[in-house]
Amino acid sequence: MQWRVIVAAATLGVCVLAVRPMPAAPPQAQTQPDTISLVISGDPGTPPRYAVPDFVALTPDASEAAKLLGQVLWDDLNFERELYMIPRDTYGSIPAARTAEQMPFAAWRELGADAVFFGTVQRTGNDVRVQVRLFNVRTRQSVFAKEYGGSATNPRLFAHTISDEVYIQQRQLRGVARTKLAFVSDRNRQRLDGTVENREVKEIYVADYDGANQRRLTVSRQLNINPSWAPDSRSLAYTTYRPNPDIFVSRIYEGVLQNPTKGVGTNYVPVFSPDGKQIAFMSARDGNPEIYVMNADGSSVRRLTNHPAGESSPTWSPSGSQIAFTSDRTGKAQIYVIGVDGSNFRRITVDESEADRPTWSPAPYNEIAFAGRTSGSGFDIKVYELSTQRTRVVTNGQGTNESPAFSPGGRHIAFSSTRGGRTQIYTIDREGRDLRQITRDGSNQTPAWSN
Amino acid sequence: MRNQKLIVIAIILAAVTADCSRNKKPIATPQPTPTLPAVPDTPPPAPPQRVEDAPIAQPRLGEDDLADRSIDDLNRNSPLKPIFFLVDSADLDDSGRSIATANAEVLKKNPSWAVTIEGHCDERGTAEYNLALGERRASAVKAYLASLGVSSDRMKTVSYGKEFPFDMGHTEDAWSKNRRGHLVITAK
Repeated sequence: MQWRVIVAAATLGVCVLAVRPMPAAPPQAQTQPDTISLVISGDPGTPPRYAVPDFVALTPDASEAAKLLGQVLWDDLNFERELYMIPRDTYGSIPAARTAEQMPFAAWRELGADAVFFGTVQRTGNDVRVQVRLFNVRTRQSVFAKEYGGSATNPRLFAHTISDEVYIQQRQLRGVARTKLAFVSDRNRQRLDGTVENREVKEIYVADYDGANQRRLTVSRQLNINPSWAPDSRSLAYTTYRPNPDIFVSRIYEGVLQNPTKGVGTNYVPVFSPDGKQIAFMSARDGNPEIYVMNADGSSVRRLTNHPAGESSPTWSPSGSQIAFTSDRTGKAQIYVIGVDGSNFRRITVDESEADRPTWSPAPYNEIAFAGRTSGSGFDIKVYELSTQRTRVVTNGQGTNESPAFSPGGRHIAFSSTRGGRTQIYTIDREGRDLRQITRDGSNQTPAWSN
Repeated sequence: MRNQKLIVIAIILAAVTADCSRNKKPIATPQPTPTLPAVPDTPPPAPPQRVEDAPIAQPRLGEDDLADRSIDDLNRNSPLKPIFFLVDSADLDDSGRSIATANAEVLKKNPSWAVTIEGHCDERGTAEYNLALGERRASAVKAYLASLGVSSDRMKTVSYGKEFPFDMGHTEDAWSKNRRGHLVITAK
């Protein structure tokens, strides 16, 4: 197998947040005549067993990054639960290879590995070059070989990129290692100006999907809530109180701030349509909280609901033709769906005492996650499958859980929970396994998951 | 920090005391008991009536008193009292209407004042639902004040949902304090 060298220096370069997502890798494997032979399989009926030893530092100042890359790549690959990841603390007896030619395949096979990585890290000033190969341990063939170049500022991004590209090649699966979570935090504990009440500002933060690299995005020293990603992951819409609550769109890599609702009434909870061209939101501009839709630039505002009860929490169907939302027109919040053209209005949740904050899954799933009232005073994250009309419970009654947000492939859900005391962001897989705590500093709420 | 806070409190107390002594009529100070839990099932509490009585009994003294105070000072010890709501409700009950009526009197006697009516909710609903509920609470207070003759131009509404609870507790008592229409004076 020849090295397929991809120099990705330009796309890995630092930008405003140093978090520019790389464009999805071209599906090169599918263009190869020997596609089938590139996929590493495990024993029949079991997932392939992967090992990720430390990368090899080719220069002394790369040793830290080399160790980090191995760990982060292992974590990234483990996140999708598609592969069996052999724990890294069991590799001790296996001699470390300095070059790919020294790879001790027999020892890896003894450990039960079907697949093993070999990676090197070379550092020149602030530039890093990473080479990585994935070997089929049985055939001793390299099935994936790439080289990446970029800044040393965030070496985790190399591991995330490798993980996403390996998942595309090996499982035809879109991984989420390069996605981001936006959320609201009061961690900076700044007092809100312009009020005699003791209130603290809340700002929008952005983190990697695994909670690394948490950064403050807004600096308005106001109340900033309801973050929502544009589908290109380059803009965030949110509600800012100045002090009138209004919708702003921040193009985060360009430092451009737009205000599509322009202070007309009070406006909250913006949500981008799947094609990014429209924003659904809640507004009381006509006197009562209703759902509205506008073009992303603020033009062509139209009202979708008309009821004296409160309507809130819009979410788009994957095709963009329908919107689910919450209404308390029966006395308690329930979830309803309406066509974007106003047609086909119907109630979705009937078995819940209270159902709130719907989030429509991306395709291929056709599900609506929501916060459903538990028998106590809290909420659990539940998922309603539209085709079967069945509901499953994803969280297990610990604390109160709300604000579900699907990962781009619909395999994971981020949400906020009080299970540990203060409200924090967690991720969990769509069946309710593999809970991970993302935030720990201050109180954190309402996650939004980027594409 | 603590010393600073004490000094600030001392200054506020001194200011309040000075006002009282100047008026020489403690009853004229439009200060009901500072907290109004407004427990839903209890009969309309006495404090609202005192609010209602005070400005009516001593209107001119009340106005003079308020005219001297800064907006921040007014909001700190506001003559406009919060209107409390039942769970999931945006309807003013008897107690709420009584308090709103007293607020309307204050606003009509101070026609230059502009207010923002903040709708607040307890933590039990979700963040987004509470934004809608808070809007409806603020709108209900605004509509009631307007029905009593307060010009709508002077009143803005905003919903804070459950983002800024007044009582950080997680008890029925705390929740009852956090379900409110809260009036903030923004101009005078």
